[in-house]
Amino acid sequence: MDIILKRYKTERKELIHILHEVQKEYGYIPVESVSAISKYLRISESEIFGILTFYKAFTLEPRGKHHITICMGTACHIRGAPKILEEVQRQLGIDAGETTPDRMFSLETVNCLGCCAIGPVAVIDGNYYSNITTKKINSIIKEYKKIE
Amino acid sequence: MKKINSPDKLIEWRRRIISETPSYEKTIVISSGTCGQASGSLQIIEAFTQELEKRGLETKVRIKITGCHGFCEMEPNVIIYPDEIYYIKLKPKDIPEIIEKTILEDKIIPSLLYQFSEASPKVSKLREIPFYKKQMRLLTGNNIEINPTSIEDYVALDGYQALSKVLFNMTSEEVIAEIKNSGLRGRGGAGFPTGRKWEICHKVDSDVKYIICNADEGDPGAYMDRSLLEGNPHSVIEGMIIGAYAIGASEGFIYVRMEYPLAVKHVMTALEQAKKFGFLGESILGSEFRFDIHLVQGAGAFVSGEETSLMASIEGRRAFPSQRPPFPAQKGLWGKPTNINNVETWANVPLIVNNSADWYSQIGAETSKGTKIFSLVGKINNTGLVEVPMGITLKEIIFDIGGGIKNDKKFKAVQTGGPSGGCIPKKMLSLQVDYESLTQAGSIMGSGGMIVMDEDTCMVDVARYFLNFTQEESCGKCVPCRVGTRQMVNILTRITQGKGEEDDLKKLEELAMTVESTSLCGLGQTAPNPVITTIRYFRDEYEAHIKRKSCPALSCKDLIIYYIEPDKCIGCMLCKKNCPVGAISGIRKEVHIIEQSACVKCGVCMDVCPSKVKAVSKYTGRKKDKILKNDSGNRMKK
Ligand SMILES: Cc1cc2nc3c(=O)[nH]c(=O)nc-3n(C[C@H](O)[C@H](O)[C@H](O)COP(=O)(O)O)c2cc1C
Repeated sequence: MDIILKRYKTERKELIHILHEVQKEYGYIPVESVSAISKYLRISESEIFGILTFYKAFTLEPRGKHHITICMGTACHIRGAPKILEEVQRQLGIDAGETTPDRMFSLETVNCLGCCAIGPVAVIDGNYYSNITTKKINSIIKEYKKIE
Repeated sequence: MKKINSPDKLIEWRRRIISETPSYEKTIVISSGTCGQASGSLQIIEAFTQELEKRGLETKVRIKITGCHGFCEMEPNVIIYPDEIYYIKLKPKDIPEIIEKTILEDKIIPSLLYQFSEASPKVSKLREIPFYKKQMRLLTGNNIEINPTSIEDYVALDGYQALSKVLFNMTSEEVIAEIKNSGLRGRGGAGFPTGRKWEICHKVDSDVKYIICNADEGDPGAYMDRSLLEGNPHSVIEGMIIGAYAIGASEGFIYVRMEYPLAVKHVMTALEQAKKFGFLGESILGSEFRFDIHLVQGAGAFVSGEETSLMASIEGRRAFPSQRPPFPAQKGLWGKPTNINNVETWANVPLIVNNSADWYSQIGAETSKGTKIFSLVGKINNTGLVEVPMGITLKEIIFDIGGGIKNDKKFKAVQTGGPSGGCIPKKMLSLQVDYESLTQAGSIMGSGGMIVMDEDTCMVDVARYFLNFTQEESCGKCVPCRVGTRQMVNILTRITQGKGEEDDLKKLEELAMTVESTSLCGLGQTAPNPVITTIRYFRDEYEAHIKRKSCPALSCKDLIIYYIEPDKCIGCMLCKKNCPVGAISGIRKEVHIIEQSACVKCGVCMDVCPSKVKAVSKYTGRKKDKILKNDSGNRMKK
């Protein structure tokens, strides 16, 4: 944590940069890190919690080994994204924003990934999948389950 | 490489870049923006690289990796120069053949060419494709020629010449006058005249001033800013430096949403290069002007695109909007005068300086000058980014450029302006696209999202989608927006579930008025637009949901059923195998039946039913009731 903090000035404007880096490093924001940041920037812990829960980028819980993002942008919506989301939720037995009990998969939705011409779009571990159908997403998830 | 510290050195550098570029017999341009990479462009690049190496052609044939060219649906694609041959939807296995035939023997491979439909002719050159013909790609045209990670590519195309001209031949007042005369208006939503905005900030007396590039692009369905930043980041940076000089700012920020990792990467690289060569930092191009730009990443909140929230976010606080006035030009970042413009607005600036305000003001419509980039998406044949002169009609964009509606369906509406915009119906297709006309139609220009909807799109569901979006993204600071949008979503959801009541439309209209007139920021003030326009133009659809509990577009899940037509089903068992909940029964070669009480309406059965058979139908309203009644009757008999 100290190594991360040292790279930043002790100014408030660094807070969101720091949170981004912690999220990237750990995959979530560990509670301990909040107190370290609080001391470093002299912003109260409760205020930091208020800020980090305001932004969707930050999570207080670790994500699954495979992280699935489903785009819910307008173009994806009218091309069937809600059905895709429902199917993934059914396959994994979790809602968007949750992680499977075995910590294998976590699922989230996003407002728009800006790939509107090739929607519906899903991203798994940074890999984009375009023009997906319920059938296609099923076999993709099965593949991931098989690897494990 | 030393810093470029005078206009002459810049000209000399440009000359050297051009003369030192080795000449190649052929150049393969591979588009590799986010859409391209999502469709496999990285594998195509690798295949080309390996194949060229294998055959020892690296010195004869050059690979150029660029950002997005706009026709995203055709990704991964390549253009092969000098003949400008355009190959689409490539797979790695196509590459050896391309090298063999097109590169070595100058032969065209017909199977890789673009073709609008099976009946239309194949087109070999990019610019002859109807999608590109009517466009005017002033901002996006260079994307084809620029490797976005190479500042040399930008300089070779006269990059930073506008900056040089401004720093050494123009006063800040002259720059502002030029932008004012061009008629440029903000591309981020409201269309405020850019020159006037700069002037206000310029005139405020202050030791420190800031400028900001708004690259939060939160409007779902719009991605032109991503494409500009990914494909030609220096054009935005040059525009910002010119703006900073005109306004007298010493520091700038680019606020990029975190959902755009590639844009973040390319902007970061471009900023480092601009610093290295002396376009940013102290004594820019050897002048007395100093200016620096920092990159800030958003953190996933739609409201942070609103200017006052965005500034709060840069300062390290929650992205809450604040009351205006004071406007950012008076009291912005850390209380200092701040000028904020959208990505596309900034990208227009070097263009105007290079070509003159007179030239620019001849493009476009009466009150809306220049071009605008739209993302033409949804149920349309040619999806992608299109750049057109303002004043063009919706019909030209959707039918001439977009090629009409997918699968020969009927056009129903086009949604412009995102969550703050509205739906424009068929009867208004001849509407001119400019700020005023769109506002009059009840929608807005917004950032340029254009989502085309066909007969299968339910307008009540679209309204619910947008209201749900704004309700979730409402920051909660003011009551009308927080509570009002929630009540509207509740009513709309009820309607789509078939639980609508007689006076729901009246209630919606009243709520819309309140939210519109009493919300604190633009998010709430414009949130009701999708509801107001859909009620105005598609009242019959609302009434069908409310009065007849039917969804004419066969889209609302609770109001439809899937049904296997007994006279069409061939008993192939595909649907049965694929149904995720085991709701389909039947044996091979016999008619299959959906158990309606178990069906979750995911639609997989319809997707997998062979296209020659098409035995699965959707029903709503009275027909649906009849089938359900028969169904349960049959079961009783069993
Ligand atoms: C809720 C809300 C979201 C906005 N999102 C964006 C955005 O993503 N990008 C943008 O450029 N402007 C956005 N705006 C508009 C900005 O507040 C501001 O007007 C704009 O950045 C000014 O730039 P321009 O004059 O170049 O258009 C938004 C406004 C509102 C009310």
